[in-house]
Amino acid sequence: MESIGVLMACPMNPYLEQELHKRFTLHRFWKVPDKSTFLTTHCNSIRAVVGNASAGADAQLIEALPKLEIVASFSVGLDKIDLAKCKEKGIRVTNTPDVLTEDVADLAIGLMLAVLRKLCESDRYVRSGKWKKGNYMLTTKFTGKRVGIIGLGRIGMAIAKRAEAFSCPISYHSRTEKTETKYKYYPSVVELAANCDILVVACSLTEETRHIVNRKVIDALGAKGVLINIGRGPHVDEPELVSALVERRIGGAGLDVFEHEPEVPEELFGLDNVVLLPHVGSGTVETRKAMADLVLGNLEAHFLNKPLLTPVV
Amino acid sequence: MAAEDQSQTSQSDLPYVLILKPPPSFVLFGDHFFHSPNFQYLKAYESPLPLPHFLHTHAQSVQALLSSGGAPVTADTIRLLPRLGLVVTTSQGLNHIDLSECRRRGIAVAGAGTIFSADCADSAVGLLIDVLRKISAANRYVKQGLWSSQGIYPLGYKLGGKHVGIVGLGSIGTEVAKRLEPFGCSISYNSRSKKPLVPYTFYPNVVELAANCDALIICCALTDETHHLISKEALLALGKDGVIINIARGPIIDEKELVHCLVKGEIRGAGLDVFEHEPDVPVELFALDNVVMSPHNAVFTRESFDDLCKLVVGNLEAFFSNEPLLTPVALDDLPHFSGRKD
Repeated sequence: MESIGVLMACPMNPYLEQELHKRFTLHRFWKVPDKSTFLTTHCNSIRAVVGNASAGADAQLIEALPKLEIVASFSVGLDKIDLAKCKEKGIRVTNTPDVLTEDVADLAIGLMLAVLRKLCESDRYVRSGKWKKGNYMLTTKFTGKRVGIIGLGRIGMAIAKRAEAFSCPISYHSRTEKTETKYKYYPSVVELAANCDILVVACSLTEETRHIVNRKVIDALGAKGVLINIGRGPHVDEPELVSALVERRIGGAGLDVFEHEPEVPEELFGLDNVVLLPHVGSGTVETRKAMADLVLGNLEAHFLNKPLLTPVV
Repeated sequence: MAAEDQSQTSQSDLPYVLILKPPPSFVLFGDHFFHSPNFQYLKAYESPLPLPHFLHTHAQSVQALLSSGGAPVTADTIRLLPRLGLVVTTSQGLNHIDLSECRRRGIAVAGAGTIFSADCADSAVGLLIDVLRKISAANRYVKQGLWSSQGIYPLGYKLGGKHVGIVGLGSIGTEVAKRLEPFGCSISYNSRSKKPLVPYTFYPNVVELAANCDALIICCALTDETHHLISKEALLALGKDGVIINIARGPIIDEKELVHCLVKGEIRGAGLDVFEHEPDVPVELFALDNVVMSPHNAVFTRESFDDLCKLVVGNLEAFFSNEPLLTPVALDDLPHFSGRKD
């Protein structure tokens, strides 16, 4: 398969890169000085694109690659791929569901604990030597707090299951009510926010869910409420969130994703009730290897005319 | 101390509860925190008299003592209080009270019961996730503005599927296990004795436990037997991929060995709420990104302090009304607590 051209959209994983290089003719898009010339030169040899949460295959790229057969995403999120265009052109799309569900859910709980119990700030307090002068302030108990989940898919359910072990009452909002679960359903995100202590964004990013956490939702969550975002930055109206946090109109936030990664609003840096992570939801050695193997497995299956492992389109 | 006011003559009829040093809640909220109309506090720390002299002066008035971790109740103190019938502690730990002397004298002890177990367990799990997923380190990284300039953050380690070994499967250990199960962790434990109805694997000693798990969580009491229980041998058995979390007492781990192992990479990381010589923390740890520390605040939540207030007042009021204590400590089957403040 060495003659098959694969375009890797951005740096994402050394092992994946290495394996793609071994098996295919790998083109590293981020190293190309003049992208449009590159595309003109190589458009007939590139048959696959490997993308991730930062960069995928938009309409423009798809149009520039007439021999494109498959887009394999190193992520479960598909918001960087023009799915309609792929469907239209018969281009297959795969992602990496299930293998990262646990890590993302673990991180959501980790963020809840870090924000409520001020773990990062406590660590900072010890490192600063201030403990010699006195005890750190009281924090907020996590056990028993009401957790509201936006999106009860694989990740949302995994978060619910974990939070239940801390005796957290679970409620959710989803496109449709999931009658097979016992969790309380709210038909609107505002109502969900008004009735929980911790609001978690766990749905996929689509046209409909962009800014699903807006000013109204933030107001409903309130001064004691905490927002956790392990979905996508654009789920949240970021300027509204920043001003709510700076003005202490909400109780805190744990954010793994941002509207314009890797840019993070600097107003958040000095806030002790905010924990900021550099999009590490699936960022473990074990899971990134499993994701990479899934990307490789999907590409191999496609080029050997076998059924795709995790097709979306 | 303020002179007695004639209008408060009823106040002088109230029984006395001795306090040697202000508990953390007094420091945070003021000395009305454990107020009750049914008894009054005698604050040794507000007196210019040296403690033994103060105790001699008030020996006949003191039937109860309110203790906290930073105010040890030693055999010497107990011997100066012939009418002492109850020691109430605000802490989860009992290692600062000479329980053998209490048992000998027929002095009841009221502890925290299980009011702190949830918060302790939450801290333990929070620290474990933080160490494995580098939450505190990554938060520092982002807040220093490093994300834009320095690219992909180093990968952490998955919690799911890990073998977690709990040292001490009491109330707190059980709450930790319960929380970790849905994360896909396999739980094993070491305790003074095997617990018959528990679904977790028992290991008869800590070294074997450490050798068979990826993360050790210390949830046991500090006693003469558990002092330096986590030795160099246990740490090496835990190994290069192993993580240790301590929300119990600092001296349960040989701190010098722990620091050495962390600095040399003999273990993967540590989450520590407690240390051998608080508030001093080994400076070598400050350079390490794989260590998360907290200032002995695993139970320091508003909710726990509210619960503590009700419990302390409840126990003291029960004692003075000759009613059963809310959270009596069984003094029969005791490991040895020598009352050292560690």
